[in-house]
Amino acid sequence: MKAVHYSVIQGKSFGYILLLGIFGAITAFGFGAALYMEHNGHIVTGMNNQIVWGLPHVFAVFLIVAASGALNVASMASVFGRALYKPLARLSGLLAIALLAGGLAVLLLDLGRPDRLIIAMTYYNFKSIFALNIILYSGFFLLVGIYLWMMFERRMNPFTKVAGFFAFIWRLILTTGTGSIFGFLVARQAYDAAIMAPLFIIMSFAFGLAIFLLVLISSYAWTHREIGDAVVERLRKLLGIFVASVLYFVLVYHLTNLYVTEHHGIERFILLDGGIYTEIFWMGQILIGGLIPLLLCLTPLGRSRPMVLLAAVLVILGGLAQVYVIIIGGQAFPLELFPGKGVSSSFFDGQITFYQPSIPEMFLGFSGIGITLLITTFAIKVLPFLPNSLANKDVDPHFTDQSKGDSGPSAEAATA
Amino acid sequence: MSIGRRDFLKASAIATTATAFAPGINLIELAAARNPEQAATAIHRWGLLIDVNKCVKGCTACVDACFIENGINEKGSPTTDAQWIRKVTTKDKATGHEQIFPVMCQHCEHPPCVDVCPTGASFKRKDGIVLVDKHICIGCRYCMMACPYKARSFVHQTLTGQNHNAPRGKGTVESCTLCVHKIDRGDGITACADACAGENHKAIIFGDLKDPRSEISRQLKAQASSQIRADFNLNTGVRYRGLS
Repeated sequence: MKAVHYSVIQGKSFGYILLLGIFGAITAFGFGAALYMEHNGHIVTGMNNQIVWGLPHVFAVFLIVAASGALNVASMASVFGRALYKPLARLSGLLAIALLAGGLAVLLLDLGRPDRLIIAMTYYNFKSIFALNIILYSGFFLLVGIYLWMMFERRMNPFTKVAGFFAFIWRLILTTGTGSIFGFLVARQAYDAAIMAPLFIIMSFAFGLAIFLLVLISSYAWTHREIGDAVVERLRKLLGIFVASVLYFVLVYHLTNLYVTEHHGIERFILLDGGIYTEIFWMGQILIGGLIPLLLCLTPLGRSRPMVLLAAVLVILGGLAQVYVIIIGGQAFPLELFPGKGVSSSFFDGQITFYQPSIPEMFLGFSGIGITLLITTFAIKVLPFLPNSLANKDVDPHFTDQSKGDSGPSAEAATA
Repeated sequence: MSIGRRDFLKASAIATTATAFAPGINLIELAAARNPEQAATAIHRWGLLIDVNKCVKGCTACVDACFIENGINEKGSPTTDAQWIRKVTTKDKATGHEQIFPVMCQHCEHPPCVDVCPTGASFKRKDGIVLVDKHICIGCRYCMMACPYKARSFVHQTLTGQNHNAPRGKGTVESCTLCVHKIDRGDGITACADACAGENHKAIIFGDLKDPRSEISRQLKAQASSQIRADFNLNTGVRYRGLS
C-alpha cells in the first residue's frame, strides 16, 4: 500500500459556505428551541408525565449510539490491522467525536434544568448507569482525542495501535452503558432485558457505518476527490452484515419476549395493534431500515454509488425508527402495577399514552445532526482528515473491479 | 417555723437530685418534634397503611388535602399536571371485581428512583422517606422511567402560589414527600390520612413501622396486608389491606 497523503479541503466555494450556513442554521434553531422550552417549561413539548422521554431523546440516543459505531472503521485499521481502513481512520475518529457532541448537546438541552450541567459533572451517584455514562462520554472524548493525536502526529504514530485499542474497548463499554440505561429498568415491560446492551452495540455498528459512508462519499464527491470501489464496496458489504446482525438481535429480543406470557402485552402492542408504533416498527425499522438496505448491501442491486448512498440513508432512517420504537413505544405501553387487572385513574394508569412531538422538540432533535455535521464540515477544513485520494490504485493495488463487465459468478471468477 | 441544719441539707439534697434527674423523666409524652438541626434517624420508619375496603368511591378527600398541603395547583393539562397521589380503580379481568384506593410514592426501602438518579438528587432519608433534593435535580426524568409505581411528576411549567412547606421547582421531578414537613414538626400525621379521618373513613393510617406500639404496626401485625408489585422486593413503606 502506498503512503497516504492527507490534506485539508479548501472550503472557499459557495457550496461549502452554504453547507456551513445550513448546518449552522439547524443548530441555531435547536438552541432557540431549547431556550423556548426552558423558558416555558416542558409543557410546550409533546412530552408529559407518561411519555417522559420524547423525540429529543430519540435523536440523542441515536447519535450517541452512532458515535461509538463511527469509530469502528478506525478500530478495524488500528486494532485489527486491516490496511484498507487505515486511510479512513482519521475521519472515523472525527465523526465519533462530532456525533457524540451532537447527541450529548441534545440530551443536555432537553434537561429540565440544563443550567445545572455543573451539578451533573460534580455530583455522582455511582450506582446510576446514567452517572457512569457521563464519565464514559467524557472519557470517550479524551481517548478518541488522544487517538487522533497519535494518528496526526508523525512522532506519535507508533502509539496509534495502543490508543486505538483503548478507544475500542472504551467504546464497547460506552455502548453497553447506553443500552443498559434501558436494560436496567426493571419495571418497564419493554426494557429490563440484558440483550439491550449487545443490541445497542450492534445497532451502533450499523448506524455509525451508515453515517460514515454518507459523509465519506458526499465529501469526496463535493471536493472532487476520487474514491474507488475498493473502499466503497467493502464498506457496503460490511454495512449489510451489520444490518443483518441488528435484525438477528431484534428477532431474538422479540422471540424471548413472545415465549414469556408476562410480556405478551407489550409484544402484541409493538408487533400487532400498537397503531403508529406497530407501523414504525414494521415499515420503518424492519422494512426501510432492515430488509431494503440488506438487499442493497448484499446483492449486486446496490453496487452503484447512488444505491450505496440510498442504503446508508435508509439505515439511518430505520435506526431513528428503531430508537423511536424502543424509547417512545416502550413508554407508551402502560406500566403493569396490578398484573391481571384492568386499571384506570386520573393519571392515565393502564392507558396507552398518546404522544405527539412538538415543533421545538423536532428542532432540538435535528440540531444534534446539525451540530455533528457543523463540527465535521469545519474540522475537515482546518485539519487534514481526508486522504487526497481513495482511488482503487491508492488503497488496494490488487483490487479488481467486479462491477465492470457482466456481473455474475462467471464474470467475477474471470476477473479474479 | 424554723428549719434545722439537718432538714435544710436533706431538702437541698432532694432538690438537687430532682433537678438532675427531672429532664430525663417524661411524665407526659410530648409531641416528638425533631430539632431542625437534628438529622432523621433509622429509629423510625414512617409509612402508611391503606385499607382498600374503607376507601369510598367518589371521595377525593386525600387527593384534595394533599394538593392543598403541598401547593399543587396546576390545572387544565391533565397529561402534564403533577399528581402526587391519585385514586386508582382496578377491575379484575376474570371476575369483574372492582376496587378503588389511593396510590402515591410507596417509599420503598430499595427505591429504584434512588438507584438510577445520576446526581443523587433522589434520596432516601434514614427514616425511610424517599425525597427529591430540588437543588441538585437536573430534570433528566430517569427516576420517572425507573419508578414501578408511576408515582413521580415532572414540573412542566412555571409555578405560582407555592406553599412554603413544600418548595417545588419548574424543570425538576417531585413526588409524595409523606408530608415530611409535618412529620418533622411533630404533627404525627400526613395531610391525606388526616383528611381521610376527617371524612370518618379512616382508610389511611400513618405511623412508625418500627414502633411495635404504633397503631400502624399493631394493625399490620393483626391482619394480612400486601404491597403493590411485591415481586419487585422493594419493601415498600406503604402497605395495603384488602387488596385482592
